[in-house]
Amino acid sequence: MTMRTPPEIGGMGHSVPRKEDPRFLQGKGNYVDDVKLPGMLHLDIVRSPLAHARITSINAEKALAIPGVLAVITGKDLEQYNLAWMPTLMSDLQMVLPVDTVKFDGQEVAAVLATDRYTAADGVSAVEVEYEPLEPVVNPFRALEADSPIVREDKEEKTNHIWHWEAGDRSSTDRAFSRSAVTVKEDIYIPRIHVSSIETCGCVAQWDAVQEKLTVWMTTQAPHAIRTVIALVAGHLGLAEHKIRVISPDIGGGFGGKVPVYPGYVLAIAASFLTGHPVKWVEDRMENLMADSFARDYHIAAEVAARQDGTMEALRIKTVADHGYTDAACNPSQFPAGLFHICTGSYDFKDAFVEVDGVYTNKPPGGIAYRCSFRVTEAVYAVERMADIVAHQLNIDPAEFRMKNFVKPESFPYRSVLGWEYDSGDYQGALERAMEIIDYPALRREQAERRDRGELMGIGISSFTEIVGAGPSRHFDILGIKMFDSADIRIHPTGKAIARFGTKSQGQGHETTYAQIIAEELGIPASDITVEEGDTDTAPYGLGTYASRSTPTAGAAAAVASRKILDKARTIASYLLDVSEEDLEWEPGKFSVRGAPDRARTIQEIAFAAYTDHPLGMEAGLEAHSSYDPPNLTYPFGSYICAVDIDKGTGEVKIRRFVAVDDCGNVINPMIVEGQVHGGLTMGLAPALLEEMVYDENGNNLTGTFMDYLLPTAVETPVWETDRTVTPSPHHPLGAKGIGESATVGAPAAIANAVVDALWHLGVRNIDIPITSAKVWQALRDAGVDE
Amino acid sequence: MIPPRFHYHAPATLDAALSLLNDYGPEARVLAGGQSLIPLMKLQLAAPAHIVDINRIPGLDAITEENGTLHIGSLTREAALEASETVRAGYAILHDTAAVIADPLVRNMATVGGNLAHGDPANDHPATMVALGAQVVARSAAGERVIPVADFFEGPLATALGPGEILTGIQVPQPPAGSGGAYLKLERKVGDYATAGVAVFLTVNDGVCQQAGIGLTNAGPVPVKAASAENFLAGQRLTEETIREAARLAAQEAQPSADLRGSADYKRDMVRVLTGRAIRQALERVG
Repeated sequence: MTMRTPPEIGGMGHSVPRKEDPRFLQGKGNYVDDVKLPGMLHLDIVRSPLAHARITSINAEKALAIPGVLAVITGKDLEQYNLAWMPTLMSDLQMVLPVDTVKFDGQEVAAVLATDRYTAADGVSAVEVEYEPLEPVVNPFRALEADSPIVREDKEEKTNHIWHWEAGDRSSTDRAFSRSAVTVKEDIYIPRIHVSSIETCGCVAQWDAVQEKLTVWMTTQAPHAIRTVIALVAGHLGLAEHKIRVISPDIGGGFGGKVPVYPGYVLAIAASFLTGHPVKWVEDRMENLMADSFARDYHIAAEVAARQDGTMEALRIKTVADHGYTDAACNPSQFPAGLFHICTGSYDFKDAFVEVDGVYTNKPPGGIAYRCSFRVTEAVYAVERMADIVAHQLNIDPAEFRMKNFVKPESFPYRSVLGWEYDSGDYQGALERAMEIIDYPALRREQAERRDRGELMGIGISSFTEIVGAGPSRHFDILGIKMFDSADIRIHPTGKAIARFGTKSQGQGHETTYAQIIAEELGIPASDITVEEGDTDTAPYGLGTYASRSTPTAGAAAAVASRKILDKARTIASYLLDVSEEDLEWEPGKFSVRGAPDRARTIQEIAFAAYTDHPLGMEAGLEAHSSYDPPNLTYPFGSYICAVDIDKGTGEVKIRRFVAVDDCGNVINPMIVEGQVHGGLTMGLAPALLEEMVYDENGNNLTGTFMDYLLPTAVETPVWETDRTVTPSPHHPLGAKGIGESATVGAPAAIANAVVDALWHLGVRNIDIPITSAKVWQALRDAGVDE
Repeated sequence: MIPPRFHYHAPATLDAALSLLNDYGPEARVLAGGQSLIPLMKLQLAAPAHIVDINRIPGLDAITEENGTLHIGSLTREAALEASETVRAGYAILHDTAAVIADPLVRNMATVGGNLAHGDPANDHPATMVALGAQVVARSAAGERVIPVADFFEGPLATALGPGEILTGIQVPQPPAGSGGAYLKLERKVGDYATAGVAVFLTVNDGVCQQAGIGLTNAGPVPVKAASAENFLAGQRLTEETIREAARLAAQEAQPSADLRGSADYKRDMVRVLTGRAIRQALERVG
């Protein structure tokens, strides 16, 4: 794209080095665990070793005898304050601490408050809890059987079924299936995974009894919403919203896992409130893996109806969603299955019907969006796997098959049969570019030659459509709060600026990209602009950063607020230059008089005048606010092609090449976009080949450490070959779309499709992710293949 | 993730360390690289009352070759073994092994002695030392003894070392002419324990195997010496057919258990596949 600003200003399109990096690279970031306050106490949590059990007794005597252990808090203690349960963002209920039964392996049972972290841990070991085991419900299909034990006895209705949700026209879809020449069905499981951010969750709560003010430093992606939740949950204890300050300092990765409210936060706040001391709670890695929100866990039965020529006509999906013991997802309120109905993907289906049933089991709560805007990974994975299966079944090249079925560039804005209005796209262009980079025809020829020699090589494509930027207030809210986001920009008299936002970066680079947006709009160098987020006492209200929403919402707010400032600057310039506003010309950084370019005022001069020499009757200063309500979501897209080799002896899958062509509209900082894509691809590789939360038949978590929950390292990560096409969003003020999650959403299907492509001729139609060597080995030996 | 309290001792001499072990008996554990013991303590799976840190004791980290034997001091870091020219030039199988233990950060701290003394059948050195017919040297207040590695492992995390003994070194016989070896490890990702690991050490004369050593990693409660495969190979001409048969026999000797890495059948089959590959690679390396 052409750049409007020179590098010194560093507006859109410049790979401005990240303002955040000097402090992160020097280890000078300030994370929650870096917060140390005088008199601070430490909280640690006793956790259940059983997935389903009745607590018969909690004996704290030995713990309390340890010098330095000050208190042991149980559910019974919290009950007195009506704090034993708390609402989830999906309006379900979650235990802070149990009064009666525990519902998952690793659940919080009691909290120990001590003078230091080590004594708190000793206290935890000394608390004696007696359990009476209850039959656990591990499998969600079992949970739906009539004689299944009930997970949530507290609820009036004795069922493990939480909700049913559907979209589309069931009967027209059924009719399309009944008249269709080809129908293909596949059961696809997308396993439970965990965000595993490098920084775990935690907080420091400080109740100031004199000022009657609560300050909480918290690992949260949504500080403002969390403050409102605290006010709503604890209002009866006197915590009013203006007396609560949530500070989200530097955050070491969020990926959706730092949107929910965890019991530890509530316990630390309660402990500080009761003791008058600051209280720190920071969970360890095992606690993080065992108890914090999971993602995915969708059991999908997908069907496609197609014509013999490969035209896909109808899509039908039935899904069972395992939510654990409570629905603690973080979807917009109206969408219990998130935006799963983006599942028609990049294809022009004429009919579609999708239904999801949420189910309780004895597993940790959640269903959060893991680097995926609300169940989009699940949707994309399902439709991209199905597209490949149909193509293979009809013996049509998967690339050709996709080209045939894509929504055409001239069809945008495109109304999908499930009700979304795609803003812009050129799916064909992105796939063509990816095919060109990887030399698709040559790769297919090589595959054929290798197959003749008995070697197994596969090529997989994923042509995904994302849906990000929640969202328009008509449909999108969390607990009733509309999902706008906001920017406050103040230009100082010397022309420097501070800008504050309702979002919260966890590594996305907002301090850089937001500054670049303002630089683009006002011509103030990005280096002259300070960006702040995360402190509810200073930042404007916003819904936070997740689901790739920051650029579509707060980024747009930055542009809109900048334009308000520019309007005022124009009035001041016309006053200073003594010409009418119509006679002024703007180039980034200055207004000049049309036809007399020497007569000009820079934005810095205008800023100074705004405080020193502004027109009579005009308010002094140069600042503006915008709370941006997006008119639509943005629909980033891309095409990924992956080539794999399979070891016939061991079943190992080796990714030989991976080409990723992304389109996120106009790009603010190409380097940051590429970084986002690289990270996202690796986080897409992970569940495709390695990651899965595994539970045994008793509901015990078998993957509670990084020895068993497998994150890829640099060794497992292939060289990512990235490129871009640019199809601007027509409704976003900058033509930009979100990018943070495209790669996570798109990558798994490309890898799975490549593996199945290598094995299709052996009769393999599907291998559920993670595609482990053991699973491939089984498929190979079942087909009689050995080295 | 926080271990219970323990007493920490850092003796400066071997005698002082042995005396501490004598004093505290089974209550004490030796700390070398700490890459197995410390995680166990953090998980509270081990809770020794006394830690005897031997890292300050000089002279335990040398790699020397003399009198037909390679001496590896027990405090030799895996990274040092991996970088050693002596090892790379004369003991490719040891270099293979060091290079696949955990990850580079772990190898900077982890020691060869610890890898053996921990007695974990999932560790990589035991199989290699079995294949090489190595011996370990143990010191106690009563003196020094040498234990053949085949007799060293007694059960999961249990070895022939007594509570008052410290493993001070490993002795590997210098390979006779016509020898070659290889260690192959299948792992889910870097840093993982082996799904299966196979060490093969061959001495070959004119295409005929004179002697074979085969050790298996994570294929049973102790490191497995695949004796029937070794015996089968001795005296055999190494052909694709005999290699396959040896691999089949080695797989039969594996007693793996199912876990998240895969079923017992899968692991046994991986022993077969890796044994075949390791024999072929060892053969290529025969000088």
